[in-house]
Amino acid sequence: MKQQIINILQEIRPEFDFSQEINFIEEGMLDSFDVVSLVTTLEDRYGISIDGMDILPENFGTVDSIEKLLIKNGVKK
Amino acid sequence: MNLTFHNKSITGILTVLPVNEVKFEDEIENYNFSVAKSLKLKMAMGYNKHRIVKDGVTISDLCVFGLNYLFDKELLLKEDIDALILVTQSPEYFMPPTSNVIQGKLGLKQDMICMDINQGCAGFEIGLFQAFMLLDQDEINKVILLNADTLSQKVSKRDRNSNPLIGDGASITIVEKSEKPNTIYANIKMDGSAFDALIIPAGGFKTPSTAETALMVEDSAGNFRSLDNLVMKGDDVFNFVQREVPPMIDDLLLKAGVEKQAVDYYMFHQPNKFMLNKLADKLKIPREKMPSNIVENFGNSSGVSIPTAISYNLGERLMKESLLICLAGFGVGLTWASLLLQMEYLKFNEIIDF
Repeated sequence: MKQQIINILQEIRPEFDFSQEINFIEEGMLDSFDVVSLVTTLEDRYGISIDGMDILPENFGTVDSIEKLLIKNGVKK
Repeated sequence: MNLTFHNKSITGILTVLPVNEVKFEDEIENYNFSVAKSLKLKMAMGYNKHRIVKDGVTISDLCVFGLNYLFDKELLLKEDIDALILVTQSPEYFMPPTSNVIQGKLGLKQDMICMDINQGCAGFEIGLFQAFMLLDQDEINKVILLNADTLSQKVSKRDRNSNPLIGDGASITIVEKSEKPNTIYANIKMDGSAFDALIIPAGGFKTPSTAETALMVEDSAGNFRSLDNLVMKGDDVFNFVQREVPPMIDDLLLKAGVEKQAVDYYMFHQPNKFMLNKLADKLKIPREKMPSNIVENFGNSSGVSIPTAISYNLGERLMKESLLICLAGFGVGLTWASLLLQMEYLKFNEIIDF
């Protein structure tokens, strides 16, 4: 799943390397509009609806946090 | 705070939109979006086109145009107007109230009340609350609620947070005593500790506009705006809406003793499509019951967005049918408010171009 997430992030911001273990939000690699794009892409790809209350920077800062959010939404690892 | 009103009804809605339409693509060079990102955001947020006034057009122009349209069509008589409530954050002057200016331009009777209310995204609800309260007076039988804003004039063209979404417009809502007994349930909350989540920092008495406040400054996301421009903390507003609005609606329906599925439509303020879809999902309301098509067609015109949504989506239908409608507005203040009311057999419900 991690590689799929990296691929999606790469589609949204191809100029960055998302395989690095850094916080994408803090490093300015993802802004709030990228998060909107990421949410809609994840929802389309995995057939889920992410709760609006979960659309917080801390849930999109790393591949691990995004994976955790997907698992919370019923996506199997 | 829970509120109830008795024996009041909305009898007509007219929305006036500037004919000048600006497409997202026409302004895309102002923002640092890639083409792929633009297309994605167009779908998700509802970026498409918006109605913007031409230079020199102000809210009284829109309101007077709409009211004259109603007088000419004999849908409203001047002498029947007992109160003009204008909800706006684009007043023509600090003083006098723009509602008085409109009264004067139209030559309305002196034996009436004019008042301006400074409110935005929840301005339709707050205007209705005020109208309902005025109608408790014996001598007030017909209140004209005007919602009008031309905030595009205060948004930086290089602010991708706000500019693609903003819209201008005015709405005229006729509110009267109802011959048929009814109860309207409502609630409202405010949080002034977050007053700067949506703000135009300069131009008032606290920070008058100067050459310095007009300087364009780049923010961390690459937007350019000055202190004279509207600024929105988008993330904070999004999280506030997702946190506060669903329990507000649940509470409203509980007080009214109405099940969610019994409501025909949820006509909410139209900040952007993404936010409304998330609200509908959270509330477990089918998205088709909560229209989110105003931003993509006309832009978000603050307190005008709900009447626009009603006119655009329910138009002639509300002239022939009776529908149970939940209204909710949320934003600047911070303010959030909702109402549950039966809307039926309106005399008019349409959008006209200015």
